[in-house]
Amino acid sequence: MDGVAYTGIPSLQELSSCPGVPSEERMNKGRVAVIECVQEIPCNPCVATCKFGAISMKGEITSLPCLDGDRCTGCGQCIAQCPGLAITVINRNYSETEATVDFPYEYLPLPQKGDIVDAVNRAGETVCRGKVDRVVRQPSYEGTSVISLIIPKQYFNEVRSMKRLERP
Amino acid sequence: MEKISADIVIIGAGPAGLCAAVQAAGSGARVIVVDENKRPGGQLFKQIHKFFGSREHSAGVRGYRIGEQLLEKVEKSSAQVMLDSLVYGLMPDKSMGLIHSGKSYLLEAPKIIIAAGAKENYMAFPGSTLPGVMGAGAAQTMVNINRVLPGEKIVMLGSGNVGLIVSYQLLQAGAEVVAVVEGAPKIGGYGVHAAKLRRAGVPIYVSHTIKRAIGADCVTGVEIAQVDSKWKIVPGTEQHLNADTVCLAVGLNPMTELAWMCGCRFVYIPSFGGHVPLHDENMETTVPGVYVAGDITGVEEASCAMEEGNLAGIFAAQALGYYTQEQAQEKKQDVIRRLDELRSGYFGKIRRESKKKQIDAMHRYLSLVAKAGVK
Repeated sequence: MDGVAYTGIPSLQELSSCPGVPSEERMNKGRVAVIECVQEIPCNPCVATCKFGAISMKGEITSLPCLDGDRCTGCGQCIAQCPGLAITVINRNYSETEATVDFPYEYLPLPQKGDIVDAVNRAGETVCRGKVDRVVRQPSYEGTSVISLIIPKQYFNEVRSMKRLERP
Repeated sequence: MEKISADIVIIGAGPAGLCAAVQAAGSGARVIVVDENKRPGGQLFKQIHKFFGSREHSAGVRGYRIGEQLLEKVEKSSAQVMLDSLVYGLMPDKSMGLIHSGKSYLLEAPKIIIAAGAKENYMAFPGSTLPGVMGAGAAQTMVNINRVLPGEKIVMLGSGNVGLIVSYQLLQAGAEVVAVVEGAPKIGGYGVHAAKLRRAGVPIYVSHTIKRAIGADCVTGVEIAQVDSKWKIVPGTEQHLNADTVCLAVGLNPMTELAWMCGCRFVYIPSFGGHVPLHDENMETTVPGVYVAGDITGVEEASCAMEEGNLAGIFAAQALGYYTQEQAQEKKQDVIRRLDELRSGYFGKIRRESKKKQIDAMHRYLSLVAKAGVK
């Protein structure tokens, strides 16, 4: 069976009908939040976090978050606030050939800027190598780090995290 | 035997008990909270993940921080917390036997709130008594409180939120989670928790169970197998996993011993973990003056436990005249609204229906008693 409730991976169908996933058109314009929240669970910190009002929720707290692609600046403040670690910020136009994926990361050791790491998809499989562009830690992130990874452009819709690094 | 008395005694210093203490002490009532552990906070301090819910429920805040904030409130209140204090008996006349530092005391109060929590279920299979097989909660205590890894290669049985969250925390602590194994055809907990594990490369086997744990004097491997719709193992589907630890996340059941002992009436609600005491909207049981809050009333999660604790604290104090009826009702409205939010949506539906069933059973019981009284 397909779908997050059976595999732990949101299906293409779930993602394409997910109101938190921006349109293809918005993706082409550059940095934007991608909220892969496809199940109705009681949770809403993302809504209050966005100071541009780009994330909203209709009705109950269990509704799915909706992204307003026109309002989203891709600032990335929502990434570390999602308790489900379901938000990434994608920049499809980082360069001619590269995209960036900013994702939440809660493992030690942390990578360093410039490191080359294994970029993984939603199933944890390595799809390509990525270069760490930034590692952001700040008090408001409450212990979650946000890592920005530069990857070959064609993998922007696949890469969602990186392989954990060996402990020293 | 030395006697200790208070207006309100709260048994259990977890999220429900501590919230009840803050509410009750805020009214001016003399409140004592007793807990058998050496630290207050119940299970909150091992919850290192960010909580869900709304801003009002500290969503996005890690569980142990919620615990710290709650303890701060309790310290500012007039409530007295007695640790290393085990209530071993609660009589129908509401007297309690208490052991503190090896000494026995008689504890008395006109209002008692039982917030004893829940305990982990166990599942038997060949090899399940081997060292290395443990509750997921035990493994969580080891990594997050005692900072010791229970093992290096772990198989988690059960994919409810406990199984998923503890698996993630074991990865964070440096262990390898070899697999999450789930008997049902669907993952029990939130998809986002499962998705974290999948991105970390952890396989989740639904419609599978543990056939046996292998090892002479500790776990050295685990055999899993597929199950059919009747939970019977499908022969020929066995797989061997290289593992040294098995964690069982197969549900919890309410710690109801004290409620049984003092004569509370119960109802059986499987989705709440088994037998749960009847209680009304204000958390009072069939034994007047005895209230319940948190997982003892049906296994849910910490945010619900805290709200139920708030209710029990408010109404135990109101019953003693420390809050007026109006004050209590006003506070209640806010709590009920937040509880309804927590029990909304697909995952909250069963809990909302179960809670209604439990309160309805209480009302049926009360009307039967009233009729019998008329005769």
